[in-house]
Amino acid sequence: MKVTKEDLDNVAVLSRLAIAEEDTERYLGQLDKILTYMDNLSELDTENVKPTTYALPMQNVFRKDEVKESLDREAALANAPLKEDGYFKVPKVLEG
Amino acid sequence: MRLYEKPAHVLHEMLVNKEITSVELTEDVLARIDEVEGEVKAYLTVTRDEALARAKAVDEKIARGEEISFLEGIPGAIKDNICTKGVRTTCASKILEHFVPPYDATVMTKLKAENPVILGKLNMDEFAMGGSTENSAYHPTCNPWNTECVPGGSSGGSAASVAAGTSIWALGSDTGGSIRQPASFCGVVGLKPTYGRVSRYGLVAYGSSLDQIGPLTRDVTDCAHILNVISGHDDMDSTSSEAAVPDFTKALVEDVKGLKIGLPKEYFVKGMDPEVEKAIRAAIEKYKEMGAEIVDISLPHTDYAISAYYLIAPAEAATNLQRYDGVSYGERVEGEDLVAMMTNTRTEKFGEEVKRRIVIGNYALSAGYYDAYYLKAMKVRTLVAEDYAKAFEQVDVILAPVAPTTAFKIGEMAGDPLQMYLQDACTVPLNLAGLPGISLPCGFSSKGMPIGMQIIGKALDEETIIRAAYTYEQSQDYHTKMAKLGGNN
Repeated sequence: MKVTKEDLDNVAVLSRLAIAEEDTERYLGQLDKILTYMDNLSELDTENVKPTTYALPMQNVFRKDEVKESLDREAALANAPLKEDGYFKVPKVLEG
Repeated sequence: MRLYEKPAHVLHEMLVNKEITSVELTEDVLARIDEVEGEVKAYLTVTRDEALARAKAVDEKIARGEEISFLEGIPGAIKDNICTKGVRTTCASKILEHFVPPYDATVMTKLKAENPVILGKLNMDEFAMGGSTENSAYHPTCNPWNTECVPGGSSGGSAASVAAGTSIWALGSDTGGSIRQPASFCGVVGLKPTYGRVSRYGLVAYGSSLDQIGPLTRDVTDCAHILNVISGHDDMDSTSSEAAVPDFTKALVEDVKGLKIGLPKEYFVKGMDPEVEKAIRAAIEKYKEMGAEIVDISLPHTDYAISAYYLIAPAEAATNLQRYDGVSYGERVEGEDLVAMMTNTRTEKFGEEVKRRIVIGNYALSAGYYDAYYLKAMKVRTLVAEDYAKAFEQVDVILAPVAPTTAFKIGEMAGDPLQMYLQDACTVPLNLAGLPGISLPCGFSSKGMPIGMQIIGKALDEETIIRAAYTYEQSQDYHTKMAKLGGNN
């Protein structure tokens, strides 16, 4: 197995996903198959190859530091699951 | 012949010549939706009243003797990952079930300036992850040519509606083939523009370095017209190209004399359906007859493109989809504290394939695996792009299959994600290299299913692929055939 249960648990936490105990085996099996296939990449010598993040040549894109119109607060909050006094509202973050 | 069967350019002439009204046309397409949508299920939202109101306004404009634009009054529909102000945009995900965008995507702003009739929002694989539209959290879409088959994906609703006559044109998006493959499966034309040609502002992000919006249409003429409308630099998308946008309709010319067409041997592989290969070989012969020069080429890193793509796209997706945390928009599932709320929301509201790609992406990006997977994939991306650059020193365009088979049965690949990923071998390399590609019909299988071929161009050279596609299209009538559905035709 390329991916251990520990790896999967760790990635699930990073991803803010809970993987049910009964799904773990199936998940591990599928990930193993996919990552084993991807091992073909190691056949290639990429020692002197530069990585590509964007396919087309692109330099830093700047814009003027000008104030422009943006969404008003009401529109920006319109889709919020929970809001109060013009803010997004979330469950308790700090202990105690 | 009903109005819904005609392409936009024919309908535009009929509107201009006052042979029809936009209300008549819109009512005919809405009637077609009533007739066949139960079988095809291409839509997630139909905006019937707004569509008819728009059609009426266009008719009043025509009655006043005003000129109309190409798309004015012509009904089309939009993939549900493109933000439409005031109209629900779900990405076919439960997590955005009630999301109503407070703004329009740039492509919508550009479209609305042309005043088309917008019929609604189209089904897709959840967050554009998939090649069959089976990953929609709402319902699968069926292929109009055989409703037991998938329409392809992820823009399956877009391709199926254009093929079924429930829209005249549609917008889709293509991250690894999501316009071209469903276009091929449904017998319509689909174009993925060069990366940066069309603004991604307001397109719900999947793989930001790969995503492009493009048209799905009945024929190449409509495709060129819609590309004219949606292309161009946008300050709101810093990756959008500043290159000048030509008039793509000027490329609608029947001429491939001396055009050098490359055939990459790696794209004609074992496991390809012989009927698909036969149709594509026949198209190649046709090009020869019409004066094109066929050149055998090699794109040696093709076999590695799938691996690179299925690491890069999930890594970008894992990052982009962090925003669905139950806080600022989208659904929320309560939990005892903040992290529990976020975890519950994502676990319950994301579908299986979306979760799988987030896990793969975060795995490839995590400490200890970053170099072996993500960095390696980005280096291989360079090699894939260099293959094309070398090939384009010898040829003007590249001709290839879109998919190894015609549309497969719904459920046929369920439970085997790797097999599903391998279907994308001919489409993902373009996205890695940022190149434009057009899929157009080139035949039918013995079971009557459409077969498509793909013409790939140099960066920012959509004109040459449009010219090559148009020239072939004029030599046959595959694009004029409509699926038999609902007892019509």
